[in-house]
Amino acid sequence: MSAPAATPTRPLRLSTRSLGDRLGDFTLYGLTGGAAFGVVAVVALLVYELFDQAWPAIQRFGFGFVTSHAWDPVKAKFGALDFIWGTVYTSLLAVLLAAPLSIAIALFLSELAPRGVRGLIGALVEMLAAIPSVVIGLWGIFVLGPFLHDHLEPFLSRTLGWTPFFSGGVPATGTGLLTAVIVLTIMIIPITASIARELFLAVPNDLEEGALALGLTRWEMIRGVVLPYTRGGLVAAVILGLGRAVGEAIAVTQVIGGLLGIHVSLFQSGDTLASRIAAQYQGAATNIQVASLVYLALILLLISLLTNFGAQVIVRRFEFQRTGGS
Amino acid sequence: MSTPQSARYSLRPTAQLRRRKLVNHAMEALGTLAALAAVAVLGLVVWAVAKRGAGALDKDFFTKLPPTFGETGGGIANSIAGSIVIVLVATAMALPIGVLIAIYLNELAPPRVRRSIGLVLDILNGLPSIVIGIFVFGLLVIGSGQAAWKASFALAIIMLPLVARSTQEVLALVPDVLREGSLALGVSRWRTTLGIVLPTALGGIFTGATLAVARAAGETVPLLFVSSVTTSQLSWDPKLALQSIPLTIFEFLESPNPDDHEKAWAAALVLMTFVLLLSILSKAFLARSRRKLTR
Repeated sequence: MSAPAATPTRPLRLSTRSLGDRLGDFTLYGLTGGAAFGVVAVVALLVYELFDQAWPAIQRFGFGFVTSHAWDPVKAKFGALDFIWGTVYTSLLAVLLAAPLSIAIALFLSELAPRGVRGLIGALVEMLAAIPSVVIGLWGIFVLGPFLHDHLEPFLSRTLGWTPFFSGGVPATGTGLLTAVIVLTIMIIPITASIARELFLAVPNDLEEGALALGLTRWEMIRGVVLPYTRGGLVAAVILGLGRAVGEAIAVTQVIGGLLGIHVSLFQSGDTLASRIAAQYQGAATNIQVASLVYLALILLLISLLTNFGAQVIVRRFEFQRTGGS
Repeated sequence: MSTPQSARYSLRPTAQLRRRKLVNHAMEALGTLAALAAVAVLGLVVWAVAKRGAGALDKDFFTKLPPTFGETGGGIANSIAGSIVIVLVATAMALPIGVLIAIYLNELAPPRVRRSIGLVLDILNGLPSIVIGIFVFGLLVIGSGQAAWKASFALAIIMLPLVARSTQEVLALVPDVLREGSLALGVSRWRTTLGIVLPTALGGIFTGATLAVARAAGETVPLLFVSSVTTSQLSWDPKLALQSIPLTIFEFLESPNPDDHEKAWAAALVLMTFVLLLSILSKAFLARSRRKLTR
């Protein structure tokens, strides 16, 4: 009897969704959002943790650490300059070798290769990236190193020994900066090449065909259309390769020789940030040595954040330009 | 015979055209050579590992434990078990979380958040594994000792961006018509995502997972810090520090004993075969799911 009277007091239901669905949506948002922001938290925690571990060294050595040569666990004197030099020098040389080669490979895969070969060779080049770095290091020390020592290094010493890069005569073993540079080159080529290939494949066909229809040769089309169109992305691809080279530890540890000092000659041994940490972090004798090694890691982190961030910004700007800002 | 007229309009290439064609051929040859060189390097590495590793590969290598000091023979059964445990646990951590992140980024997040978290993922992907190793060492190992699951945690951090990014890529390929159709029928967001979007993208998720497993299986540095002080007993317990294949290669290689070097090559052959098979498998998955989604 009171049924009609009760109707107005019932809350107006805007949503017809059941409780289960609302709960489900809430859980979905919560879980996925939590995971996504969790990653950001992990990265932040990582930076904090490194600062925390490096703190004794930061307090003791300050910024002077970056410009100091010393690495003497006995006298507890530590500095990063030699390793920064080793990292920057080997990585830049590797990128210098790898960039033109990768771009050439990518051009072959996207513009030149016959259709049947294209997929196969592309897959093989990417497989090179899949080989674990410890295996590359093993190959570097037992196969590449001795080969360089027996064949390439005597030749380089004879013909280019007058330049600072190959001075000082052939070293006694196959380890050293040259071997490290070549190993790094091998490791970054597949990365840079596969990004560059994607870029070249994204060049609109009408631009390429238009250029060919105007009577340009394939190389002129590449130089005049493909390369300018992909310039920004190529820079980013090379920087990403550089980031990989800077952070590579295990393969470099095995072939670089692990020696202090700032050398220009590739026949010398040296050491990089990552390689020194890999070699000593476990066996470090004193707390200050551990803290100094983490300080090295902090510098490495900074370099790799800068390179990655730079590359991503370039990629994003490049995409923005290409899609007209949509 | 030939009139001056026809000489002027000759179809014979001029010197300039010949030069242009020459430059073109030279550049094409260089490109081809570079690609062949990369393939040759792959061939050289695979050949060297296969040739030097095959000698020590026998049944014992897979089933026996490492010899005690001074003995010869034996195998790396403990490393194989350890690698399996570490990588499986890492996958169990990284796969669900990676997929959740990808769902959030592709299905739910506002564009600005999507871009920033995408950037964080890309940066995480570019972090040197040695930095991640030190992070996990400081976070989990200092004070409480090494354990296999801690190594799995480090590997999971390395795998996470790979899984998330490749899942996101396939989710983006799922046609909007499917989502809109489902939502228009009154199906809620979570059921649409779990029931319609995810199953369609399953192939791509497998691709990302296999790719990430291939990457994680070969990682050495985090294991060196987080799971390296081990016994040579066979164990499947993730709470203990377990030996692993990459670490075994690294340790055998530093050893002065030539017998150990041969074992390093054999272990490298096992690891490389596994990783290359996985990467071929992931390519097959990818091709299949792309075909299905873009048909």
